[in-house]
Amino acid sequence: MTISKSSSSSPAADLTLRASTAIHTASAINGLSRLFGRGSGTVIGGRAGLAMDPHLLATLAQGRLVGLVSGTNGKTTTTRLLAAAVKAGGLSVATNTTGSNMPPGHVAALIGTQSTAAAVLEVDESYLGQLIEDTRPAVVLLLNLSRDQLDRIAEVRILADRWRQALVALDEDALTQVVANADDPMVAWAATAARNVRWVGAGQVWREDAVGCPACGGRIKFEESGAWACDTCEFRRPMCRAWLEGTELVLADGSRHQVSLGVPGQFNRANAAMVVTALPCMDDRWDGGPGRTVDDALAAMAAVEEVAGRFSTVVRGGVDVRLLLAKNPAGWTALFDLLDESGGAALPTVLSVNARIADGLDTSWLWDVPFERLRGRTVVATGERCRDLAVRLRYAEVAHTVVPDPVAALDVAIQGTTGTQVEFVGNYTAFAVLRGRL
Amino acid sequence: MSAPATPLTVVVVFPDLLGTYGDGGNGLVLARRASWRGIDVELVEATSDQPIPVGDIYCLGGGEDGPQVRASRTLIADGTLSRAVDNGAVVLGVCAGFQLLGRSFPDAAGGPHDGLGLLDVTTKKGTDLRAVGELVAEPTAEAPLRADGTALPPLLGFENHGGITAIGAEAVPLARVVHGIGNGDGLGWEGAWSNRVVGTYLHGPVLPRNPVLADLLLGWATGSDAPLDRLEDIEEQILRAERTAAAPSASRGRNRGLRRRLFSARR
Repeated sequence: MTISKSSSSSPAADLTLRASTAIHTASAINGLSRLFGRGSGTVIGGRAGLAMDPHLLATLAQGRLVGLVSGTNGKTTTTRLLAAAVKAGGLSVATNTTGSNMPPGHVAALIGTQSTAAAVLEVDESYLGQLIEDTRPAVVLLLNLSRDQLDRIAEVRILADRWRQALVALDEDALTQVVANADDPMVAWAATAARNVRWVGAGQVWREDAVGCPACGGRIKFEESGAWACDTCEFRRPMCRAWLEGTELVLADGSRHQVSLGVPGQFNRANAAMVVTALPCMDDRWDGGPGRTVDDALAAMAAVEEVAGRFSTVVRGGVDVRLLLAKNPAGWTALFDLLDESGGAALPTVLSVNARIADGLDTSWLWDVPFERLRGRTVVATGERCRDLAVRLRYAEVAHTVVPDPVAALDVAIQGTTGTQVEFVGNYTAFAVLRGRL
Repeated sequence: MSAPATPLTVVVVFPDLLGTYGDGGNGLVLARRASWRGIDVELVEATSDQPIPVGDIYCLGGGEDGPQVRASRTLIADGTLSRAVDNGAVVLGVCAGFQLLGRSFPDAAGGPHDGLGLLDVTTKKGTDLRAVGELVAEPTAEAPLRADGTALPPLLGFENHGGITAIGAEAVPLARVVHGIGNGDGLGWEGAWSNRVVGTYLHGPVLPRNPVLADLLLGWATGSDAPLDRLEDIEEQILRAERTAAAPSASRGRNRGLRRRLFSARR
C-alpha cells in the first residue's frame, strides 16, 4: 500500500506541516460548522482537509487499530455494534456515527478523536478500496451487495469487481482479515480474492441481483437451505464458521449462542454474527486485548438500542411510534420480515418515500419492493414522492390513504388506531425529515 | 391477429436479466388493468433458464451490458418471441429491452451485437456520458392512436442509459422529447414502434406512469375494436400532474436532459 510518503523527495517535515495544517483547518471548519448550526460538522471540514492533504486519512489512521464495515444494507448498525463491542473490550474508539461514510466523513471522525486507539468506520461501497489502502485495517466486514440508487451508484457487479480488486491488492504485512457474508454471491465473489477470509452465513433475502454468476456468467442456483452454486463453474457458497439458525448463532465447533440484541430483526442478528466473527480480529491485535467469549461479545452489543434514531420509539398522542429506515428493495424486503415478526398484521404502518439525491432520483425501485405483503394493514402513504408510492400500492392492491405531510400522516395513523403502536418506515431522507420534525 | 389465448397471457421476459428498473411493474400493471376489467389474465415471469412461454403481451425491461447480451442470445436461440410477434403478439421493450428488439446494440466492449430484429432500430454506444433524469415526450403524429381515435397523452418517465438509438425505415418514432434525452439521435425522438412492437427509454416503470399506453397494449392484445372499460385512474393522474409540474417546461428548451458520468456500464 502507499501511505502518506508518496514521494521520497518530499521531506518529512513538509509532509507533517501539510498534514497538521490540514488537520487544524478541517477541525476549525467542522467546529465553525457546528457552532453556526450549518451542519453536523462532519463533511465540510473533512473535504477541506483532504483538499489540502490528499493523504490525510492515511496519516490520521496511522497507529490505530481499524475495522471497516461496508455493504448496501446494515452498515450503520453494524458499525455501531462493532464499535460498542470494541469499546467494551477496553479500547477507545473513533467512529463515524452520523452516517457520513465517505472520506470527508472519515477524516472528520478521526480528527475529532485524535487520541483513540481504534477506529471503526462505516464505508460507502464505492470507497472501500481507498479506505483499505489508506487505513490498513485489521478487519473488513462485507455485509451484502444489492441494487441501490441506480441513478447515482454503480451497478452491483461493478461494485463487486472493485471490492475484489481492492482485496487482491491487500498486502501481506497488513494482516487484514476479511469477514464476509457467504450467503450473498456478490460478496463471496469479492471476498474469495482476499487472503484471509472468515465466512459467515449472514443471510440475503434479496437474490434478484445475484442470478448471473459473477465468475463465469453462468447461473447461480439457490437451494431452499440458502446454499447456492453456479450451474456452470465451481463457484459456490463457501463453508462458514458461523451462521444463524432462528435466533441462535451457531459456530462451526457446534456451540450455540442465543442472540438477544437491543435492536430488532433477523437482519440485525445477522449483523451481530458478522461482528462476533470480526471481533477477535481486532482483540487479537493489541497487547492486553481481551480473550472474549462469543457471549461476552453478544452482551457487549446488547446495549445498542437504536442507531441514529433507527429502531427507536417515540411516544406521540399516547401511541408508541417505531421509526424504521429502508432504502432499497433488499432493505424493504428485510424490513417486512421485521414487521411480520413483531406485531402481526394489525399495526398501522406509515410509509414515507422521498427521491432526493441521497435517496436516488429514480423511484422505479418501488416496483421491486413486495408491498403486496402489507395487504390487510392500515397503510398511510406519505413523503415527497407519496404519489409514486400510492400508485405502487394501488397495483399491489394494498388499501391506503395518502397524506403528503409526514407528521400529518403519522397523526392520521395514530388517531385511526385503537392500539398502542404504529410503525413508521421511511427511506433515507424521508426518515431524516420525520426525525427532525418530531 | 389470432384470438387471444385464454386466459390473456402477459409474459415478463427474463426478470433475472432484464429487470433493473422495477420493470416487473409493467407486467403487473397490464395484468391488474386486465383483471380489474374482468378479463381473464395470467401474469408469467419467465426466467432465463426456462423456455419462453407463448403469450399475448411480452414485456422486456432494462439490464446491464452482460445480461443484455445473454438475453438477446437466449431469445434468438429460443425463437418463441419472434414467432409470437409474427402471430400478432404485443411487445413492450424498455431501455436495454428496447435496444435488443432492434437490429443491433453495443455489447460491453462497445462492438455491435445482434438484436432480435423485431423493430427497425440500431443502437450505438454514446459518449461515456449517460442520459439520466426525468423524461417527458409528446407522442408524434405517427404514434399509435387510442382505440377511440384520440392521440396518446404526453409520455412520462425516468431515463438512465448510454446508448444512441437510430430509427430505420421500417419503424417510426413514438414521441418527440420535450424534456430529457430519449433516443439521443440528434433528431429529438423518443422510442420507436411498428406493428405491435413498442420500444422506449422511459421507465419508472413506464406503464404505471402512462396507463393510457398500458391500455393501448391491452387493447391490441385483446383484439377488440371497442375501447376498454374505463378505469378511474385517479392516483395515476395525480402522479402524472405532479411529474409534469416537476419536469422543467418545454419553453426552457428541448433536450435539456442531464448527461452524467457514472461508473456504470448499464444501458
